[in-house]
Amino acid sequence: MTLDSMTEPLDVDGVLDNPRTRIVVCCGSGGVGKTTTAAALGLRAAERGRRVVVLTIDPARRLAQSMGIDELDNIPRRVPGIDGSAGGELFAMMLDMKRTFDEIVEAHADKDRARAILENPFYQSLSAGFAGTQEYMAMEKLGQLRARDEWDLIVVDTPPSRSALDFLDAPNRLGSFLDGTFIKVLMAPAKLGGRAGMKFLGVGMSVMSGPLNKLMGAQLLRDVQTFVAAMDTMFGGFRTRADATYRLLQDPGTAFLVVAAPERDALREAAYFVERLAAERMPLAGLVLNRVHTSGAARLSAERALAAVENLDGDGIVDRVGGQAASRTVDDPGTLAPTDLSSPESGFPQPASSGVAAGVASTVTTTDTTDQQHQSAPADAPAARLAAGLLRLHAERMQVLARERRTRDRFTALHPEVPVAEVAALPGDVHDLAGLRAIGERLADRAGAGSARETDEDAPARP
Amino acid sequence: MSSMSRLHVVSGKGGTGKTTVAAALALALASGGKRALLVEVEGRQGIAQLFETEALPYEERKIAVAPGGGEVHALAIDAERALLDYLHMFYKLGSAGRALKKLGAIDFATTIAPGLRDVLLTGKACEAVRRKDRTGRYVYDYVVMDAPPTGRVTRFLNVNDEVAGLARIGPIHNQAQAVMRVLKSPETAVHFVTLLEEMPVQETADGIAELRAAGLPVGAVVVNMVRPPVLDEAAVEAAAGHRRAEVERALAGALERTGAGGSADAGRTGRVEALVAPLLEEAREHTERLALERRGRADVARLGLPAYELHLLGDGVDLAGLYRMARELRRQGMTGTA
Repeated sequence: MTLDSMTEPLDVDGVLDNPRTRIVVCCGSGGVGKTTTAAALGLRAAERGRRVVVLTIDPARRLAQSMGIDELDNIPRRVPGIDGSAGGELFAMMLDMKRTFDEIVEAHADKDRARAILENPFYQSLSAGFAGTQEYMAMEKLGQLRARDEWDLIVVDTPPSRSALDFLDAPNRLGSFLDGTFIKVLMAPAKLGGRAGMKFLGVGMSVMSGPLNKLMGAQLLRDVQTFVAAMDTMFGGFRTRADATYRLLQDPGTAFLVVAAPERDALREAAYFVERLAAERMPLAGLVLNRVHTSGAARLSAERALAAVENLDGDGIVDRVGGQAASRTVDDPGTLAPTDLSSPESGFPQPASSGVAAGVASTVTTTDTTDQQHQSAPADAPAARLAAGLLRLHAERMQVLARERRTRDRFTALHPEVPVAEVAALPGDVHDLAGLRAIGERLADRAGAGSARETDEDAPARP
Repeated sequence: MSSMSRLHVVSGKGGTGKTTVAAALALALASGGKRALLVEVEGRQGIAQLFETEALPYEERKIAVAPGGGEVHALAIDAERALLDYLHMFYKLGSAGRALKKLGAIDFATTIAPGLRDVLLTGKACEAVRRKDRTGRYVYDYVVMDAPPTGRVTRFLNVNDEVAGLARIGPIHNQAQAVMRVLKSPETAVHFVTLLEEMPVQETADGIAELRAAGLPVGAVVVNMVRPPVLDEAAVEAAAGHRRAEVERALAGALERTGAGGSADAGRTGRVEALVAPLLEEAREHTERLALERRGRADVARLGLPAYELHLLGDGVDLAGLYRMARELRRQGMTGTA
């Protein structure tokens, strides 16, 4: 399967090799292989001669270990075992949120004030990772790494946010909050001392202080006030940094890659992301579509393969699973589909108390392990049954292909201008440099997932 | 064990289908005349999409009828509205609430101090768990929460402990403690959705350890998207090896008989030979996948929790698939009563 002419293939190597590309941001919803993609891109860029640092947020343990980082220590470490013949180097680091936050405080406040902040209970809760802090700190760290200018290229993975867009909003939200009235109100009593503060703020504060005090308790309000007051001197710095990070993301030297899997939710999120990046005038390089399924026998359709299974079935040798698979063709999700939401139980002969056995016979999901083993064809099964198994697996594959293509087409219809790199699904997990290298090759293969699949995984990296 | 629980929190690594499993569980629990509330906390409107309805407002509404006369209601919690609710719990904050909003306090609470957002979300869910009607009966027999992903769920659930520590007296403190009492009681069960792959299983193990360390009740593991086995390794190797010729003949015969309508020549032996290699390749990927799943299944078994398995729905999850999943969870006993 190759991309249709509608979409342009993403030139991954073009992005990685361009000396003007200084930052690559991988974003997308959770579970689409964002971290793996970031690591694979970093490795590929390094082996093509660039000095690269990969900033990961909360990577899976094995993936982190594959790059030689098993500590959350905020220090970029050199990744051993890469091919440095092109003169490149790879560093990797894992974000330590709290440490990053502490460092900002230490860098921007004098010693006493820094201690007051670091010891404040409200600060401790905030910095230790209330959801959202990760986004700020990831962007902060990105800004720091860029400012150090020690690397040609920074590849950054974005946090697994509730919304993949959160990290874009982080700098702005912080900025607008810092200019906000609320913070002035919060700070006023601490700065001016009780009564004077009230008088100064007039009505606003008298409405405020009562409820806040009662609600939060005097001690918590005091903690927050102390915190805010102590942070006061740093706010100018925060604002400046937030603005700088935002501009950095808009810089032409930044390339956003939206990462997705060919699934409805992930691609919907990807579409939002593409639109949002455009609205923020941030440079989108393209879409990376991970885990795309392919077939070397795509000309044999699912329908025809299943029809052939039925022919074999006529000989009475195909087991029950085959019949079930046959009932779930691409356009007919099966006879179990309820057509009327108001009375779905009519399609489901499953009384709450006793209908279990009846349900099992018609369901695809039988789950007892021994039962499952019983169902798969053994090596000495009749040839027709082996053939039926091959056809059935192929039909399933073609159904997955069709579904993925529909999902992808929906995206490309909305955003035909976005270049796409398809990465063929690997049957197993990736957790070493060889695996990352193979992903990198698939990413860079501009002919798309179809031909990437024919590449020998064990072949050495292309010159 | 989960039959006792009334609050079912469903977490899982991104991409494992936790929203789908949460919805299926709500359907399963509601089966046979019960009322279940399905709560969404991440503002994605995933539930509405799953049930093929328009976006959910911030109000509880009936979203599906469960087999046997049950009802599933759904609620997408909006943090800002929940905060105003929360303030109303303590005061009649008409003008003061508006003043807070104007000053940016609501923004502060729901975005800059996002921990407060988690307080509100868990608080709202616990309120639904405890809510009773005039006759003293629970309004919902079950509440199912589509919770944040594995990496964040412990912190999310435990946020009220932290708040109770920060606000050591006063109504916020009391409210936070009341929420923690529900969350740490046997009324609550936190389930993890995983795939039979190394990373999600590892994350599940880590998540369980974190939950236990925080004293939160661990429920079950739901293994999603399991591949139904079709051919085992020995069968594929036999078909690729000494039995290749007879398998090819069987394929050729079967395809020839389906020739009508399609490209008729595809059934000819020469064409079939070209087909066999890619079909065997697909079958090998299948057995590789099965081997991966076997290892994953052994790892899941070592977690020592009840585990339930759901097969991959090849066409993606539609409403029919959701009901099938619900029925399967009941059949396997996740709802305790099946």
